[in-house]
Amino acid sequence: MTNLRMPKIDRKVISKKDIIVKRLKKIINPEHVLDHQDELKPYETDGLSAYKQKPLIVVFPENTREVSEILKYCNEERIKVVPRGAGTGLSGGALPLKDCILISLGKFNKILEIDYKNRFVVAQPGVTNLSITQAVQDKNFYYAPDPSSQIACSIGGNVAENSGGVHSLKYGTTTNNILGVEVVFMDGTISKLGGKTFDSEGYDLLGLITGSEGLLCVITEVTVKILKKPQVIKAALIGFPTIEDGGRCVSKIISSGIIPAGMEMMDKELIHATDNFVKAGYPRDAESMLIVELDGTEADVSELMLRVNSIAKVNKATSIKVSKNDKERLKFWAGRKAAFPACGDMAPDYYCMDGTIPRGKLSEVLKEIKRLSKKYNLPVANAFHAGDGNLHPLIMYDSNDKKALEKTEKFGAEILKYCVKVGGVLTGEHGVGIEKRELMCEMFNDNDIQQQIKIKKALDTSSLLNPGKVYPILRKCAEEGRVHIHGGKTKFPDIPRF
Amino acid sequence: MEEKQSSLISQDSDLFYPEKEKEVSDIIKKFYKSNIPIEIIGSGSKRTIGRPLQCGKTVNLSKLEGIIEYQPEELFIKVKAGTKIDKIVNELKKNKQELAFEPIDFGYLFKGKSDCGTAAGQVACNISGPRRFKVGSTRDHILGFRAVNGRGEIIKSGGTVVKNVTGYDLSKLICNSFGTLAVLTEITFKVLPASEESKTLVIHNLKIDSAPEYLEKAINSSNEVSGASFLPIEPICSNCEMNIENTFKLNDLKYRGSLTAFRIEGLKQSIAQRLENLKKELKIQEFDISELENLQSEIFWNKIKNLEFFSATKNNILRIVIPPSECINLIYELPSKFKYFLDWGGAVIWMEACEITEQKFESIRKKVIRHNGYISMIKYSDNLPYVEDVFTINNVRFNISQNIKKSFDPKRILNPGKMYTGI
Repeated sequence: MTNLRMPKIDRKVISKKDIIVKRLKKIINPEHVLDHQDELKPYETDGLSAYKQKPLIVVFPENTREVSEILKYCNEERIKVVPRGAGTGLSGGALPLKDCILISLGKFNKILEIDYKNRFVVAQPGVTNLSITQAVQDKNFYYAPDPSSQIACSIGGNVAENSGGVHSLKYGTTTNNILGVEVVFMDGTISKLGGKTFDSEGYDLLGLITGSEGLLCVITEVTVKILKKPQVIKAALIGFPTIEDGGRCVSKIISSGIIPAGMEMMDKELIHATDNFVKAGYPRDAESMLIVELDGTEADVSELMLRVNSIAKVNKATSIKVSKNDKERLKFWAGRKAAFPACGDMAPDYYCMDGTIPRGKLSEVLKEIKRLSKKYNLPVANAFHAGDGNLHPLIMYDSNDKKALEKTEKFGAEILKYCVKVGGVLTGEHGVGIEKRELMCEMFNDNDIQQQIKIKKALDTSSLLNPGKVYPILRKCAEEGRVHIHGGKTKFPDIPRF
Repeated sequence: MEEKQSSLISQDSDLFYPEKEKEVSDIIKKFYKSNIPIEIIGSGSKRTIGRPLQCGKTVNLSKLEGIIEYQPEELFIKVKAGTKIDKIVNELKKNKQELAFEPIDFGYLFKGKSDCGTAAGQVACNISGPRRFKVGSTRDHILGFRAVNGRGEIIKSGGTVVKNVTGYDLSKLICNSFGTLAVLTEITFKVLPASEESKTLVIHNLKIDSAPEYLEKAINSSNEVSGASFLPIEPICSNCEMNIENTFKLNDLKYRGSLTAFRIEGLKQSIAQRLENLKKELKIQEFDISELENLQSEIFWNKIKNLEFFSATKNNILRIVIPPSECINLIYELPSKFKYFLDWGGAVIWMEACEITEQKFESIRKKVIRHNGYISMIKYSDNLPYVEDVFTINNVRFNISQNIKKSFDPKRILNPGKMYTGI
């Protein structure tokens, strides 16, 4: 993947840059069009910073009409477009192309409506995830999905990536927590999908575009559901002598009928790294640690905590600490939420993977990761949304070593292939982007991928919106022998290839 | 077997009962080649929802049946598409688990007795029960599927894990598509632990002008209410069976009159506390109330879920979904003699419409849209056996939907026109 193949550059578009800039400056405020190399620099990458490419032009539209006019113009002139929220995505979904116009939704930063009676908030896509909760917390409401980057990531980006977080086991991911969106399709068509009611009639287009990684439309407004805060929230830190004991405890908690609000697991490497980083009071002698968060009424939480306690003991827990107050509970989480920066302290660079596996396969997969860590001679620390099986191995490397990134990516790819092999999937919440594009054939066959590409074509006829992401560039897949092509002919010659 | 099936297809029969995915694929391929439209049904329990079809051929999935894999600790069950919902529900019960979205048994509405239909039918219609506002609908509980598209190709999407963003989420798209995109062959449902206990608080004799306010207060409290319905006794309609007392004949219901009901589920230890909290927050000390214990609470919500209030009615049934705060104003605007009840805390109105005409239906639709909602005709009657637009859609969404349809079923052979003309 290090030598990433991207869609063919359209030299004609690049040569027309001045004309395009001129036209864009007529559509939107001229000050919101950036085209100087220095101005473009901040937009050359997203959260997957190993890959960099300056776009041709960056634009900051201020309203839906402007987005629509820009897309319509680009569609007519066959100019590629890459949408961008806060740029925190970890799979390279907002990586620009040399010949693209990058649409930043940064100026869409207002909360438009708060409706407590019907329990929803209408926000522009550039509003950060956390600020939605902050806007409603004085009335004891909150927005449930809480990706670790919630302080910075935007709600539009959350919809594009179907972001999760540590509470998605009980409360679901973005797709389960939104009621509607306003979007603009590549031909400039503006549409409301969903609305202010539960479900909607006709095809679930809201469900389709959620997690579509900016390939189908540009999101210009989001209506999210808000929930009443639980009366009591408590968390327990539980240490285990082995990874296997921790993993077994997770399965036993779930099979006993308890759905914790959050259930996170960390291995020894990460316990130490994060505890050094934020002094969260983690059990440093444990080989693995669980954070189990329970919420509900006082009676609910007390009873469930007793049950979790006894399941943990049966599964050889060496330490159990229950939060006494909210301050302590948040401290427990502070360590987990600092997992990424803590790794940054341990090595110059780290690479975060995102496979999901069946919970019961945890020990097996972690053993395999250890084996691969030795094989590639790269250290790895593991954070794990244990409740929903979402694994985040953090591979540490040094980008000054020119071959290290390539080696790291191979290591990561092997982990993800193993996740698929045990019945899991390539990505739980970070998205496919460019990062896992070439691995899609591990999970899907030609029919599956072609059906998805046909949907893309149905909504973006010329494949101009965020091309080169999510779906493998066919030749690469064929070269690796994962897609069968008979007689050198593709099955659907009329379908654009990425 | 394949040869046998091929000869079966070539016999030009009108009704097909495939038992394997490959057979479904063979059938669709054949009709794709010959441009022949096909009606796709699960077992037919909800066949009359939607626009009537004019297909000479029918694929019935009820023999593509059986539980493929059930892993209680991984919280999923994978079934063949024609598996009966009650078979799934009973299997899950053995491990104290459930389909949390509460599939509706439409048999009571259409036949006057239970006929819960298949997994495929449930997914195709995406209509969920009273817990919808708390846990989501069918579409929120599908982890993955396999299906045959309109070209006869076998496709899949999703998996067996909850957190999965690998590729487009076609599980959502396939939900509520009424068999117009692909023929489902395999479905993986997310399952959840069933609550240990359930209790129901009923306030008697509230009227429509105040009941929605109580529904809203209850849902907006932090007592985790998982059912909130209002069943009025007015208006009294001479053409509808006003059968609230017969339908909800339960020992624990102490008073007559309208019912405003709230369900609380969870641990035995916490239910009593939450119920007390709720009563305090609703300030209902002076009201006539009943409390339904576990078994009666379960019976009560099953009746709500299965629309037994309208059991075997001869009239049209409409389903209106709106923002809950709009419900009271909309009710005032609707014809005053229609029998109805509110569920999902006022976010859905189920309505029995007697002597309705298509014009009247369209005028109701306009009002519903003005209140940011949508309306569907769920059941026809002899009086109004057909309406052109069963479901609501605007031009932009229609065009998008038509393109999506083409991407799955380019020759429009799968349930053509079931949802909209041209789709």
